[in-house]
Amino acid sequence: MGYVIQTEHLTKSYHTGAGDLEVLHGVDFALEEGEFTAIMGPSGSGKSTFMNILGCLDSPTSGVYRLLGEEVEKLSPDQLAERRLHYLGFVFQGYNLLPRADLLENVALPLLYAKVPAAQRKKEAQEMLERVGLGPWSHHRPAQVSGGQQQRAAIARALVGHPSLILADEPTGNLDTQTSDEIMALLSGLNDTGITLVLVTHEPDVASYAKRLTRFRDGLLVEDCPVTDRRRP
Amino acid sequence: MFVSLLWEACRAMAANRLRTFLTMLGMVIGVGAVVLMLAVGEGTRVTIRKQVETLGTNIFIILAGFQNTSGVRSGSGSSHTLNEADVEALLELDGVARASPVVNNNLQLVAGGQNWNTMIIGVNELYLPLRDWEVGVGRDMDGLDVQSASRMVWLGQSTAKELYGSTDPVGQNIRLGQVPFTVAGILAPKGQSLDGRDQDDTAIVPITTSQRYLVGSYFRGQIRMIMVQAENPQLMDQLEEDIRTLLRERHHLTGAAEDDFFINNMSALMETAENMAKAMTLLLGAIASVSLCVGGIGIMNIMLVSVTERTREIGIRLSIGARQKDILTQFILEAVLVSVTGGLLGLGTGSLGAFLVSYFLKTSVFITPASLLLSFTVSAGIGLFFGFYPAYKAAGQNPIEALRFQ
Repeated sequence: MGYVIQTEHLTKSYHTGAGDLEVLHGVDFALEEGEFTAIMGPSGSGKSTFMNILGCLDSPTSGVYRLLGEEVEKLSPDQLAERRLHYLGFVFQGYNLLPRADLLENVALPLLYAKVPAAQRKKEAQEMLERVGLGPWSHHRPAQVSGGQQQRAAIARALVGHPSLILADEPTGNLDTQTSDEIMALLSGLNDTGITLVLVTHEPDVASYAKRLTRFRDGLLVEDCPVTDRRRP
Repeated sequence: MFVSLLWEACRAMAANRLRTFLTMLGMVIGVGAVVLMLAVGEGTRVTIRKQVETLGTNIFIILAGFQNTSGVRSGSGSSHTLNEADVEALLELDGVARASPVVNNNLQLVAGGQNWNTMIIGVNELYLPLRDWEVGVGRDMDGLDVQSASRMVWLGQSTAKELYGSTDPVGQNIRLGQVPFTVAGILAPKGQSLDGRDQDDTAIVPITTSQRYLVGSYFRGQIRMIMVQAENPQLMDQLEEDIRTLLRERHHLTGAAEDDFFINNMSALMETAENMAKAMTLLLGAIASVSLCVGGIGIMNIMLVSVTERTREIGIRLSIGARQKDILTQFILEAVLVSVTGGLLGLGTGSLGAFLVSYFLKTSVFITPASLLLSFTVSAGIGLFFGFYPAYKAAGQNPIEALRFQ
């Protein structure tokens, strides 16, 4: 099994008015293909920054980050965009769907940037919506469906490019318990098909769906262990 | 890909209809103004050109200088006014295609029950071809008419209408003053001259006839005006000098003696008039361009607002794999779409405006395909130019900050 993610002494500093503020103090982390880890930690522990770096949305100040064996620091902005397009899928707390487009168009959007022809985009997006149980809602706009449905659509959008890795940042943060469980069941199911998953959450209930638990505190990785009593849907 | 982006741009435009419409209105007014102004300017130019061309092409008008000189110098016998021999000599000159004396006088024309006062022009058989003036009905004037001083008259359209109404006057008898003539033909319509005179209100007779029957004996043999046509426009400058030399020689003018004639180069006059019209077109176009520029600034302004409003959307697009280039293309496309749609509407509005101007103000306007193409290209260019900076700003967003934007 190859590493999907490998970081070596990753640091990140931000320039502030009062000098440089280091939020990650050297994180060594590795994730193998097919793993499912939950990153936990209090606010300000650096977990979001870490996620952004993993998602190629931000770059580390020092250290090495290898995504599927490639050093990300050496990639151009266009190459980074290509990694996001083909290797990565994002699921956000706030769903981040385009409000003016219907669910089908939202899900098809990554395929537009992948230059897939229009007819095929529609077909694949519809298939993906059906996979997450939203087949009949494909022509609804995000505002016309529930939060859980929006998150399902967002997951469908993350999946449509057939990524190796899905990064879910508080995917259940805006949802009630029952809907949260549904979303987590969906994500667990994806992991069962071989997709590597990184989940950021501060709810133990949600984290217990993962196979592994990674805990951050004050910019350091303080705990990294298997989940003993893993919840299965 | 491009079609999808275009579709998205349409949707972005439709999402904020009033704003899009107002932005577009700036372009509509700008392009409309340019099209209208260029049409008016070009119309003026074409009108001037047409009026000058009614005179004929490559024409010199030589006027006798007797007004300045005859009173004093004719007494000494050293000065000549222009005469028919001058015309003959001019016809021999290299580069001269045609030349004709022109003698004007006003007389009362009487035919049947009607009478009408008009200008009688005495000319030779070369005059009508020289002025590019055709005989509409009847026969041409020929050399025999001039040699024999035939009492034939060719009526202008307006004169014929005044005297004969709708009946065919060719072959009819007519009196010019007291002298009986026969109508030989009706001239084709010529329209207004540069000074606004109706050139069709006239009657043309052979120069010899005019000299013998119509003009007072004092002027006999003397000519106030000669029209000369050059073989081609390149010869005009050289020919002017040759004519001057020839006439000075014939009039025995040597050394510092002043010319006793004036040579007017009508081509130069036409050129001046056209240049003025061109300058006017340019000026009008320049003024209209200012509004076009303002329209472009309006687009830039709204695009900047739009980019800020849609920061989050940009973040989403970047996070799912859009390249900066894709974002840049999307926003430029939106700006170009607004400006080009506005531009096309402006073409319509400007053309309609031009039509209304020509209809109500009775002036001629002329919309050239080039001005349409120009306005269209310029509006697309304005979209590109003023859309670039906002799009560049959009593409340069940091994805994380853009995603956090509320």
